[in-house]
Amino acid sequence: MSRPSMWETLRGIVRRDLLLAMRRRSDAAMSVFFLVIVASLFPLGVGPEPAVLRMIAPGVLWVAALLACLLSLGRVFTADYLDGVLEQMLLISQPLAVLVVGKVFAHWLISGLPVVLLSPLLGLQFGLGGESLGVLVLSLLLGTPTLSMIGAIGAALVLGVRGSGLLIALLVLPLYVPVLIFGAGAVTSSLAGIGGEANLSLLGACLALSLFFAPWATAAALRIALE
Amino acid sequence: MSFMGVNWLKYSSPQAFYPLAGSLIPWCAAAAILLIGVGLYIGFFIAPTDFQQGEAYRIIFVHVPAAWMSMFLYVVMAAWAGLGLGLNARLSFMMAQAIAPTGAMFTFLALLTGAMWGKPTWGAWWVWDARLTSELILLFQYAGVMLLRTSIDDLRRADRASAVLALVGVVNVPIIYFSVRWWNTLHQGASVSMTAAPKMAATMLTAMLLMTVGFWMYSLAVTLARMRCVMVERESLLSWGKQASMQEVAEAR
Amino acid sequence: MDDGFSGRWIFEAPGAVEKPLTDSETHKDSTLRQFFFFGLGGIFQTMLQTVALSCSRGERRLFSDISVTVKPGTLLAVLGENGSGKTSLLRMLCSLLSPERGAILWQGQDIRQLKELYCAQLTYIGHLNGIKDDLTPVENLTVSACLAGDESSGALVQDALEAVGLRRSVHLLPTRVLSQGQKRRVALARLWLSTHPLWLLDEPFTSLDEAATNYLTQRLQSHLRHGGMAVVATHQEVALPTNAVQRLRLTG
Repeated sequence: MSRPSMWETLRGIVRRDLLLAMRRRSDAAMSVFFLVIVASLFPLGVGPEPAVLRMIAPGVLWVAALLACLLSLGRVFTADYLDGVLEQMLLISQPLAVLVVGKVFAHWLISGLPVVLLSPLLGLQFGLGGESLGVLVLSLLLGTPTLSMIGAIGAALVLGVRGSGLLIALLVLPLYVPVLIFGAGAVTSSLAGIGGEANLSLLGACLALSLFFAPWATAAALRIALE
Repeated sequence: MSFMGVNWLKYSSPQAFYPLAGSLIPWCAAAAILLIGVGLYIGFFIAPTDFQQGEAYRIIFVHVPAAWMSMFLYVVMAAWAGLGLGLNARLSFMMAQAIAPTGAMFTFLALLTGAMWGKPTWGAWWVWDARLTSELILLFQYAGVMLLRTSIDDLRRADRASAVLALVGVVNVPIIYFSVRWWNTLHQGASVSMTAAPKMAATMLTAMLLMTVGFWMYSLAVTLARMRCVMVERESLLSWGKQASMQEVAEAR
Repeated sequence: MDDGFSGRWIFEAPGAVEKPLTDSETHKDSTLRQFFFFGLGGIFQTMLQTVALSCSRGERRLFSDISVTVKPGTLLAVLGENGSGKTSLLRMLCSLLSPERGAILWQGQDIRQLKELYCAQLTYIGHLNGIKDDLTPVENLTVSACLAGDESSGALVQDALEAVGLRRSVHLLPTRVLSQGQKRRVALARLWLSTHPLWLLDEPFTSLDEAATNYLTQRLQSHLRHGGMAVVATHQEVALPTNAVQRLRLTG
C-alpha cells in the first residue's frame, strides 16, 4: 500500500468533480445563464442611456457575478454530504485542506471561469471598451477564486442545516464586501482614467489571504458538520 | 493559576460560575446606571456647545462609545469562541453566545445615533460614511453568527460552527473597514468625520470615558445575566441546575 | 462515573467468556499486565485499542467506559439494537466523531495525534454507500480507490466488481439505475481493492442477498487470515466468519 502524494490526491479530486459536472452539464450552465439574465435586466430597469449604463456597469456586473457564484455554492459539498461520499473523503490520507483546495478549484473551474470568460460580452452590452474591458476580465479572474474560497467556508458551515440556501447567502455576503469593493473599484478607476492597478493588487492580496486561511477554516467547518 | 489568593480556574466550571455571576450582576448593574447617568449629564448639560455643529453634536457621547463597544465585543466574542474551540470548553461557547446579542444591540445603537447625528449635520438620515458602513456590515456579521446558531439543532455543532464563523469574521473586520474607507475616498472624497472634533475639551473627554466605562459595566451585567439563562436552559437536566430555585430562574430570564 | 446512564456491555472473547470490565481501573490493570507480559512490543504492536470510551448524543448517554482491543487477525462484532450507539462507535473509531471521554489508540498512539497517518490505515464503509449516482460502478470504484491510495487499474476494478457478483453488463451503466442491493455491492467492492489493515464496516450486510453475503463473509475471512483487523456493526451475526470473533454488545 502506498500513500498517494498530495498532487495525486488533488488531481483525483478535481478530475472527479469535473467528471461529475460533465454528467450534469445543465447545473453549470444555469449559473452562467443566471448571470446573463441579471445583467440584462439592469438596462431594462435603468434605461438605455449609454453614459448611465457605463457608470453603473462595474457595480452591476460585479454584483451579478457575485450572486452567480453564491447560487452555485450549494453544490460544492451538499451532494457529496447527502450520499456519504464526503464522509469517505474526510478519511483520505492527506490533510483535509488539500481536499478543500481541490474541491474549491473544481468549483471555480465549473462556475467561476465561465463567468470570467463571458464577462467581456456583458461588458460590451454596457458600453465598456478597450482597457476597462481588460480590467474587468482581470479583476474577475483574480476575484472569483476568492469568492469560491470564502464561499466554501459558508457552504461547509451550513451543511445539512434547514434553510441552508438562504442562510449561506446571509453568512457569506458580508464577507464578500472587500472583494466587491476592490473588483468594482478596479473597473471604475480604469473608466475614470486612473488605471486599476492599485485595486487589482489589493484583489490579489485578498486572493492570497483567502488561499492561506480559507482551506483551514473550511476543513474545520467540515469536521464540525460531519460529527 | 491563582491571583490574589483566589483559585480562578475554579470558576471555569458551571457550578461555581453560576453563583459568582449572580453576585456580580447587581454591582455591575449599579455601576452601569451610575456611570451612564453621570456621563449623560456631563455630556448633555455641562460640556460646551460646539461652535460648528451646535447642540446636535452631543449625540456623539452615545454614538462613539457604542461604536467602540460594538467592535470590542465582537473581538471578545471571537476570542471566547476561539478559546472554546481550542480547549473544547462549553463555558466559553456559552460566553460567546451570551455576548452576541449585546454586541448586536450596541452596533444597532451606533447606527441609530449615527443616523440621528447625520440628519442635522449632513442633511440626510443615511450617508455612506466609511465608519457607518462598516458598522452596518458588522451588524450583518453579528446577525450571521446568531442566525447560524439558532438554525442548527445540535447544541455542540451550533456552538462550534458559530465559533468558526465568528473567527472568520474577526479576520474580516479590519479588511472590511479598510476596504470601505478606500471605497469611500474613491467615491466621495473626505467627508466630515465624526471623531475629528477640532479640539476636545476636557469635560467632553471625561463624559466620553464615563460613558464607555458605563457601557462596559452594562455589557458585563447583561452578558452575565444572559449567561445564567443559557446555563439553566442547557443544563436543566443535570443535577446542579435543579439547585437553582425556580424563582431564581425566573429572575434570570 | 456510575450515574445510572452508563450502558452495560458484555465482552465475550472467542471460546471463553471474559469477566466484563466495568470501569477504567480494570483497564489500567490489563494494560499494565500486558506491559509486563509482552514488554513494549505488546503495547505497540499493530492493534486498535479503545480506552474507557464514552459517547452521548445531545442529552442521551449512548455508552460509557468501553475498553476493547482488536488484535491482528481478529474481528470485533458490535451488536445491539437500533439506537444503541453502534454507528457512533464506528464513526468514533474512524475519527469522524471525537470521543466525549476516553481515547482510541492505534499501535499505542492516540488517533487524534496520528490524524492522516491513521486514516491511511483504514477502510470505512458507512451505512450510506458513498457512491455517486451519476458515475458508473467502474468510475465510482476507480475514484474511491485512487483517493484511498489503493491500486486502481482497469483490470483490478473489473475483477473486484465481478468478485462481489456484479456482471459485466452493469459495469458501465450509471449507478442511478441499479437496485439497492447492487449499489451496496458497488460500495462493498472497495474491500476487494483495499490493502488497508483495518476495516470498519457499518451494517455491511443490509440489502444484500444470500450470494453476496457469502462473498462478503469469505472476503472478511481472507482479510483476517492475512492478519487484517475488522470492526463490524451488524444485526446478522450468522453472516460473520466463525472463528476469531469477539463480540461487544451495546445496551443503550
